[in-house]
Amino acid sequence: MLSTKTNHQARVFAFLTLLFTVFLCTGVRAQQTYPYNGVYDQRDGHYAFTNATIHVSPTRTIENGTLIIRRGKIVSVGSASGAVAGAVEVDLKGKHIYPSFIEPYGSYGMPEVKASEGSWNDPPQLLSNKDGAFSWNEALRSETDAAAVFTINKEDAKALREAGFGFVSTHHHDGISRGTAAVVSTAETTENEVLIKTGAAHHLSFSKGSSKQNYPTSRMGAMALLRQTYLDADWYGKQRGEETNLSIQAWTDAQDLPQIFEVDNWQDALRADLVGDEFSKQYVIKGGGDEFERLPAIKASGATLILPVTFPEAYDVTDPFAADIVTLGQLRQWERAPGNAAAVAEAGIPFMLTTDELKKMSDFAPALRKAIKAGLTPEQALAALTTSPAELLGISEMTGTLENGKLASFFITDKDYFSEEKAAIYQHWVQGNPYAIKDLEMVELEKEYRINVGNKTYVGKLSGEAGSQKMKVTTDSDTTGTDAKLNLSGGLISLAYQPKGEDGFYRLSGLADANGTYSGTGRDPQGKIITWSATPTGGTGDKDDEDKDDKESNDSIVGKLTYPNIAYGMLSQPQTGSFLIRNATVWTNESEGILENADVLIVDGKISGVGTGLNAGRATVIDGTGKHVTSGVIDEHSHIALTSVNESAQASSAEVRMEDVVDANDENIYRQLAGGVTVSQLLHGSANPIGGQSAIIKLRWGKTADEMLFEGADPFIKFALGENVKQSNWGDANRVRYPQTRMGVEQVFESYFSRAKEYGENVKAGRSQRRDLELETLLEILNSERFISCHSYQQGEINMLMKVAEKFGFRVNTFTHILEGYKVADKMAEHGAAGSTFSDWWAYKYEVNEAIPYNGAIMHEQGVLTAFNSDDAEMARRLNQESAKAVLFGGVSEEDAWKFVTLNPAKMLHLDDRVGSLKAGKDADVVVWSDHPMSIYAKAERTFVDGIEYFNRERDEELRGDIAEERNALIQKSLAAKNGGDKTQKPEGKMRRMLHCDSLEHSLGGHSH
Amino acid sequence: MHYLYTSLLTLLLCTSAHAQNPTPAPEQSQPILITNATIHVGNGTVIENGSILFEDGRITQVGQNVGPDLVGTDAKQVDGAGKHVYPGLFALNSQLGLVEIDAVRATNDQREVGVVNPNARALIAFNTDSQVIPTVRSRGVLLAQATPEGGLVSGRSSVMQLDGWNFEDAGVGIDDGVHVNWPRRNSYDWQTGRLIENKKYEELVTALKSFLLEAAAYCGADRQGDRLTKLEAMCDAMSQTKNVYLHADEARDIQEGVTLLKKMGAKPVIVGGYQAYRVADFLKKEDVAVILSSTQALPNNQDDAIDQPFRNPALLAAAGVTFALSHEGTWQQRNIPFIAGQAVAFGLDYEAAITALTLTPAQITGVADRYGSLENGKSATLIVVSGDVLDMRTSEVEMAFIDGRMVDLSNKQSELAEKFREKFSRGR
Repeated sequence: MLSTKTNHQARVFAFLTLLFTVFLCTGVRAQQTYPYNGVYDQRDGHYAFTNATIHVSPTRTIENGTLIIRRGKIVSVGSASGAVAGAVEVDLKGKHIYPSFIEPYGSYGMPEVKASEGSWNDPPQLLSNKDGAFSWNEALRSETDAAAVFTINKEDAKALREAGFGFVSTHHHDGISRGTAAVVSTAETTENEVLIKTGAAHHLSFSKGSSKQNYPTSRMGAMALLRQTYLDADWYGKQRGEETNLSIQAWTDAQDLPQIFEVDNWQDALRADLVGDEFSKQYVIKGGGDEFERLPAIKASGATLILPVTFPEAYDVTDPFAADIVTLGQLRQWERAPGNAAAVAEAGIPFMLTTDELKKMSDFAPALRKAIKAGLTPEQALAALTTSPAELLGISEMTGTLENGKLASFFITDKDYFSEEKAAIYQHWVQGNPYAIKDLEMVELEKEYRINVGNKTYVGKLSGEAGSQKMKVTTDSDTTGTDAKLNLSGGLISLAYQPKGEDGFYRLSGLADANGTYSGTGRDPQGKIITWSATPTGGTGDKDDEDKDDKESNDSIVGKLTYPNIAYGMLSQPQTGSFLIRNATVWTNESEGILENADVLIVDGKISGVGTGLNAGRATVIDGTGKHVTSGVIDEHSHIALTSVNESAQASSAEVRMEDVVDANDENIYRQLAGGVTVSQLLHGSANPIGGQSAIIKLRWGKTADEMLFEGADPFIKFALGENVKQSNWGDANRVRYPQTRMGVEQVFESYFSRAKEYGENVKAGRSQRRDLELETLLEILNSERFISCHSYQQGEINMLMKVAEKFGFRVNTFTHILEGYKVADKMAEHGAAGSTFSDWWAYKYEVNEAIPYNGAIMHEQGVLTAFNSDDAEMARRLNQESAKAVLFGGVSEEDAWKFVTLNPAKMLHLDDRVGSLKAGKDADVVVWSDHPMSIYAKAERTFVDGIEYFNRERDEELRGDIAEERNALIQKSLAAKNGGDKTQKPEGKMRRMLHCDSLEHSLGGHSH
Repeated sequence: MHYLYTSLLTLLLCTSAHAQNPTPAPEQSQPILITNATIHVGNGTVIENGSILFEDGRITQVGQNVGPDLVGTDAKQVDGAGKHVYPGLFALNSQLGLVEIDAVRATNDQREVGVVNPNARALIAFNTDSQVIPTVRSRGVLLAQATPEGGLVSGRSSVMQLDGWNFEDAGVGIDDGVHVNWPRRNSYDWQTGRLIENKKYEELVTALKSFLLEAAAYCGADRQGDRLTKLEAMCDAMSQTKNVYLHADEARDIQEGVTLLKKMGAKPVIVGGYQAYRVADFLKKEDVAVILSSTQALPNNQDDAIDQPFRNPALLAAAGVTFALSHEGTWQQRNIPFIAGQAVAFGLDYEAAITALTLTPAQITGVADRYGSLENGKSATLIVVSGDVLDMRTSEVEMAFIDGRMVDLSNKQSELAEKFREKFSRGR
């Protein structure tokens, strides 16, 4: 900034006029192929920017350097000084030049994405409504070419430039495959010039975008669709004459480009990476900003990240009751989100930054500085905004640094842009086109002037920043003063003010001399022409109006980082230990039965011994006197720890995997550990006859989804029958999807298994065919390599599925719910199907009108392997009590009834060699109960999984105090932030939706399990 | 004197013949004496080795030395050795009799159209022939508060005994109160998992306030003009003859609602009360009772103690707040003993838990002159249990009496079990 102290008059180069001219001649360098009108006037834009601090690249800075550009490119950069012949000199003493930032994840110049505004009572759309030879699925939009639909949008271009962005890799943010991106500059010349690269990247996401087509309704459906698309592309390349599909063609063409995948959070990042791994694709992940929660897993994915700088605003927690809904996890997010980029950098994960999701571009600079304040270095930030995206997009030859031969795209600031809070961008040159943002010749007035007008004297006091300074005029009698209208333009000053006590305005105009004294002529309140002068006094000006210094907020981190990063998360990954539980009542579930005064020894994650008088060795001894010890509770039918339950669009969703959507952040994992649960089968819902592939997890609280999966477990799949698959309770709109009757349900199985059989025959015969993930899964069932757990109620449908299975030569492993199992228990026993039922549920829908609580007992009496399950996050944490209902209703012995929730489900899941009883060599999934485990009064005091104590009731009590304290610290910090002027948002909670069999992603179904 | 067991046994053997709901029991025809049992009076006291005598439907003697003078009379005697006797359990705030099958709309009679429905009476919709009722009754639940749902003002509940021919002989506490649902401050968007401010909250509170104000004015004076049934339906509540059941979970809603209702002259009872423990002093000072929602529930907030619902009863008991226990839904009401057992596991005194299922519900609903405890002069509405009724390990209800009538404990479900056991016993 030029100061009047430093003889600003001496440095007038009429630059403003020049700039103005340039603006009027936007056709300076028209495209080569275009004709021109008039005389040849293609000026070459030859400029020399001298005396600047030039940030050539993240690692190289030149002080007092000169940057020369010509014909839109950089022709020289270095420390040479002095005039350059033929070039317009721009003296940038005290100023900084940075290479233009590159936005790797923009939507600049793209058509608007039409939001899908489907209503839950719309009839389903099963196939694509898009005209043309495109994909069967509207969410696969690989054919979208950003370059072809790009148009310059001057308003957006201006906002981008003002935020420092000279280039944007832009794409249409719509669909699961979003087609290809194009790199464009933010110049406003012509599309032909600003489009610098087409086919820059292929963009993907899990979101259907504007597609109203039902499939996929879920995250796992989106993942399955992606997998099948990779396979379809493979087939498409080999087939001839069977099908032309422009979407698949475009998909194939885009495979060699960088593959950029958008996700919302770290778990989705790992999910995307998983899909990529299967097809040897390394996605670049556009993340959700919470990567700091799981850096090791993110790093292990090998992905480069594109990080948002949208940080949550502080919550307005002034009202203590309203603040209740804000969770500890949200408060922690608020505190740590600005430090995400720094944490990612620290972990050595390559990343770049994006403005995506910012409400407005002007939010970018403050957000960037917040990230820097939270630990990101200016070099890392500059690289993340220039060289890294340039490299990713393959435009390093053109831009990213200020080196010879690259495009003349850079911006000029008054201060160090990354570290100075008030640094401002003055000009942004894009491809050699100048765009003024602030006046480079801006004059900063002194703080105080003595103004002589005729024979009167006033004092003018200044406040504010250069470019927006304000003046107050005071007199001896009026020290408060009145506001003056002040205007500085083209070296001229104009002033208008009405001093207190006088009846009109003085209007003055003048120029400054070399000493910074202004003088000129004007008119007094009476309209008479007068002369005047204003001389700097050296005074300190008007302090009242000075911006209040930002209160130094408390920057130290007060929240914890746990696994997962919510209340009750683990402070560190727990370690396995050795434990001897001594002198307890031990329910072995083995031939030894229930042992009194016995010991259980846990070593290295396994049960090492069960008996009396065991040697503790180095194990920690736990006094089991008066306690009961059992193996962990196993829930055969659970929907906790899942982000979705149903892929409900089609009658079969055999291709989807619940493993894909295990949610390690679910607090219900912890709550169920407190109920003694150690293993859960996470089932697909019951929205279709052939559901999705099950995930069996151990409740390893604090681990990632992948780490929770029960290693080596047999693969299972959910099937379903009855009202849910017929969509009986989905409202009148849903009368379209086949099947709508139990007759149709049978035929779905007949049809799919016949096709799977033929598919298998083709495989066996080595005939070439399109790989079909759905049929491959069904073939596994026919080959007894995958096992069914079938949601079922009425006896007829149960009988039907057994008959279908027998016809196709396999066995139904388990009927789940199976509320009329008691009517066909003999047939089930003969078929060899197990029954996993509710203890006592009924009357919630018509098909459970004959459900009885004696069901478990009667199936058990008839020799059916019987279990009680939950299908419910609440009931699962007291399955131990539910087992007693088999005693209450039907008189099963307590020992046998206990197996309903432990050994029997282990057998159903083919895991009884690992879990389900207390026996040396089995996994140390062990629960210490305060009382008889089936009693209403029993509490799980300690729950071990793999010998790791994931739940301890005493520790839980302590945690409550810790949580309250930490909440308070974060709330105090939020209040301080609010007081310090931070923007706040209304308290808003996050609540997990409790998922059941029939929880749909696109409709508002009630509970009917 | 002869023993009841023979006849009981006969009765049990005959149950498989039912295809309909069991026939309501006949009036008590002779005195019945239960001896040597552990008697949980319902008011917090326990009588070990106690006996209880009831005649013509009323309890005439309770204590340790009851009955020697009955030798030679026609009194039936039940040996209660090792058994527990409790007052018949209450199912407060239930839709029993109003909903038969949730997903079958034709069987749903709990929710009327519109937002303000104080004139709607659950009594009228109560289906004494519900097949669900006998299953619930067989677990010791002998009285239920049939309660409408929905809107700001759902309607009026009635206390029903669960062995009736029709709503007239079943109703024992008719129109005991009107149910008001405090509007939710936050609304939940399950698609995003976000709990956000309910934009209609103020509007709804205003609607509720103005309705109450108009009702108070309507009921207050000899009013000339049209009969307005919705306002008229509030008059008993406005004169404190009947309750206003205020369904509210959040502490501030409880405080705001109670203050408002008291200002209108009504007598509020909180239903729900998840955060009632946070305003326990207020509730005590205002002498407001709480019907707690089920203990078998998940915490409302992620950060809450994992056992918050389990502990709520003990917290209210420790703070001296009058409370009763309740459970959700219809068929689920048979699990109400376990709702109380869960509370005992987490710190509630055992007899206090029994009181919260018996005497307190009777007091709240205004039928304590007849029901809720085993005291002289009260109705002989009681159950005989083989063990501890609150623990599913031992909660075998052997006998139940409503107004001295011995209730048939069989039900559709026990019959179906018999039917198919019979099938399997025949072999193939």
